[in-house]
Amino acid sequence: MLEAVDVTLSYGRRTVLDRVSVSVRPGEVLGLAGPSGCGKSTLARVLALLLRPSGGAVTLDGRPVSRWRHRAPHRTSIGLVFQQPRLAVDPRFTLFDVIAEPLRATRRPLERAHRLAAELGLTPELFTRRPHEVSDGQLQRACVARALALEPRYLICDEMTTMLDASTQAHLVARIEDYRASTGAGVLAISHDTELLDRWSTGTVHTLNQPEESPRT
Amino acid sequence: MTLRVEGLSVRFHLPGAVVHAVTDAAFELREGRCLALVGESGCGKSVMAHALLGLLPGNAVVTGHAWLGSLDLVAAPERVLAGQVRGRRVGLIPQSPAAHLTPVRTARAQLAETLRELGGGQSPDALARRAGLRPDDLDRYPHQLSGGMAQRVANALALAGDPPLVIADEPTTGLDRPLVESTMAELRRLCDEGRAVLIITHDLRAAEQVADDVAVMYAGRVVELAEARTFFARPRHPYAQGLLDALPSRAFTPIPGDPPELTCLPDGCAFLPRCSRATSRCEELPPLNGVACHHA
Repeated sequence: MLEAVDVTLSYGRRTVLDRVSVSVRPGEVLGLAGPSGCGKSTLARVLALLLRPSGGAVTLDGRPVSRWRHRAPHRTSIGLVFQQPRLAVDPRFTLFDVIAEPLRATRRPLERAHRLAAELGLTPELFTRRPHEVSDGQLQRACVARALALEPRYLICDEMTTMLDASTQAHLVARIEDYRASTGAGVLAISHDTELLDRWSTGTVHTLNQPEESPRT
Repeated sequence: MTLRVEGLSVRFHLPGAVVHAVTDAAFELREGRCLALVGESGCGKSVMAHALLGLLPGNAVVTGHAWLGSLDLVAAPERVLAGQVRGRRVGLIPQSPAAHLTPVRTARAQLAETLRELGGGQSPDALARRAGLRPDDLDRYPHQLSGGMAQRVANALALAGDPPLVIADEPTTGLDRPLVESTMAELRRLCDEGRAVLIITHDLRAAEQVADDVAVMYAGRVVELAEARTFFARPRHPYAQGLLDALPSRAFTPIPGDPPELTCLPDGCAFLPRCSRATSRCEELPPLNGVACHHA
């Protein structure tokens, strides 16, 4: 289980997360909704071990996370898909490099990158293109493939399909559902689209509220 | 003032390739009506909007006509577009308004500048109030505005010259659902004041909320043109049916395959490789009579 307990985080004087608790069980899709600016993305980064909270704890399969540095050993068990694929890839990489980067960094065979690309509907002629030469939809497919490359036990999708058309959204969600079915991974689906979350999540959809003392932005 | 687009095509000439961004588009948009132009990213919707305002880069070649009253926006020289069209006859509500505003100046300074350039007699405060902002909101810098307030400032800027036609380019991208709904209600109000409103969006639910008519674009062509109520109840083009079926509130199933590259479009129906109803007839280009499909 990937769990945040009473997590608190502030940017300067502004409290973004105020004693927030959430847990993602293996095999489930937890839907997390909430208005813009309520801290959804910050919570995603805390759970992906990219941000260290100022209070509270994150536990991964029962073990409290204590190391938040770049080489945190648990980091590869959590995959993250961001809202804006263009801001989430190195513009100098080819589409294949984007998918293969986690495999190269961990010295694993690149064969899996080919299989993931095929599963996500990316054809070989796209492999040599750079991000500016493909559409938002194609780039987000590569980002999903990248997030699945190291077979994470948990996958966090932070507004993954907000920029995309309905068909690409349905395709990406279906691929993640295939992955969840075959591996038993837990998925945290973050969106402000409650219609999407009602359809996708396996249980009730949680709503994150804005901390009361934070000023209006 | 009616917008009548006839045979509008846009080509981008790149080294070694020609991008067929918009091909032979035709539709009519009357005052007091709202037309939603829908389709997936890269289908040519935004290029069409920018072509109407003469805002395309230098390597674009635009042919056909876009009549706004008696003025052809395609043939009009830059002097006419700058002096009479942009802001005055056609207002643009841009994608991601917060990024569109100048970050180092207050909303008021930007509104005042626009009003001065356009020579309107209104004050920034009156304009802001009409767009649903309080006058002291205008003293904020863009980073101090919430998404909804930035959207209202962008609306106020687009309306500064009281244009009869308003084009909104992906007005809902990145907004949460309550904000999408209030933005759509704003656009509806512009129609009800007698303006013509063209909304470019990939958000079908937003389109359903506000549009009188829907035009579906696929691979640069308009493939279905229908009244909104009819369209959402009974879409006719297989692509339009697939798009609606992909919604989480409907079947939530994707359309198989990918859209074709705009540099090498087939001679016949561009949807053929993804279509379950395709036959040999589809290798011949279907004409648009409400729907561009041999089998609809």
